[in-house]
Amino acid sequence: MDSLTTREAIRLVAERLTDELVVCTTGYTCRDMQAVCDRPGNFYMIGSMGLASSIGLGVALAKPCTRVVIFDGDGALLMGLGNLSMIGGLAPRNLIHLVFDNEVFASTGRQPTYSASVPLDRMAAAAGYAVVLRAESPDQLTGGWEKIRTGNGPSFLLVKCHPDEGRPMERVRLAPEAITNQFMRTVRP
Amino acid sequence: MALLRTGSVCLEALKSRGFNFFTGVADSTISSLIEELYQDPAGYVAAVREDLAVGMAAGAYLAGRWPCVLMQNSGLGYCLNALTSLNLIYRIPSLLIVGYRGYQGNDAPEHLVMGAHCTALLEEVGIPVQVPEPDQLVSAIGWADKVLRDRRIPAAVFIKPGVMEK
Repeated sequence: MDSLTTREAIRLVAERLTDELVVCTTGYTCRDMQAVCDRPGNFYMIGSMGLASSIGLGVALAKPCTRVVIFDGDGALLMGLGNLSMIGGLAPRNLIHLVFDNEVFASTGRQPTYSASVPLDRMAAAAGYAVVLRAESPDQLTGGWEKIRTGNGPSFLLVKCHPDEGRPMERVRLAPEAITNQFMRTVRP
Repeated sequence: MALLRTGSVCLEALKSRGFNFFTGVADSTISSLIEELYQDPAGYVAAVREDLAVGMAAGAYLAGRWPCVLMQNSGLGYCLNALTSLNLIYRIPSLLIVGYRGYQGNDAPEHLVMGAHCTALLEEVGIPVQVPEPDQLVSAIGWADKVLRDRRIPAAVFIKPGVMEK
């Protein structure tokens, strides 16, 4: 079975996006997303680790007819674990939570998180997500994305992957205030 | 005025300024406002920790809402990273209504250190604060709303004990 790197996993989902709003967690996730699929509907959260899913939840509650996708990491999810309970409890049907789980804090030097031993998908299921899937190969990832792309959520897709080798992608180019303005223009009134 | 609960007066002032997304973590000092919100169509999204409420409010703002976050001042420490590395640099406004425990040193031990420093802590990072007397609460909300609109940053209104009846 082919395995996935984080960037490859992000690319496989990104190239299947249509008009979804995407909130990307801090670190390499933002940088990889900018490199493979820069688009005005991406919110690049460069600070506030752990809050991408809070922000995504806020967008999803305020825009219930728009699909909101959270690109999260294992370290970020564990840092903001309370988000799982809020998303499971409030159950916004338009929310899709993807966790690219490479089991390390990639941008700070690959120090291990706890996700090698903690099954994040089972935590999401226990929190009350309507759909919980797990992908460990490109086929499982694209198949899983097709299942949750249009269905009723909140959906959770755990993507087990490896950290990328080589130089990281460039830092987020837009200034934070410009990211806010661009994203807000994209959110339909 | 004497017949109206302060929580109700406060909520009307907030709604008249356009606030339409309310989240936070409960605090006894502001419980009458939270009770009003639970009865009101505006609604209240309970958060499990204060920084997650700040994040949710930021998301709601990005999607066109005008957000207000309720909390006790003990939660401000959790929020500092969100306020500094999200709200302030991204220009995402939020009104913070903060229950002021430990005011003037009169409270349980766990509230005294934050009670002595909480307003200065926010001012130090560039978030303006007001600590209104009961008859200044509505004007403080108006002041904060103007800060949010003019500067696109958060502002905090601290609620001392006795400003809102329980």
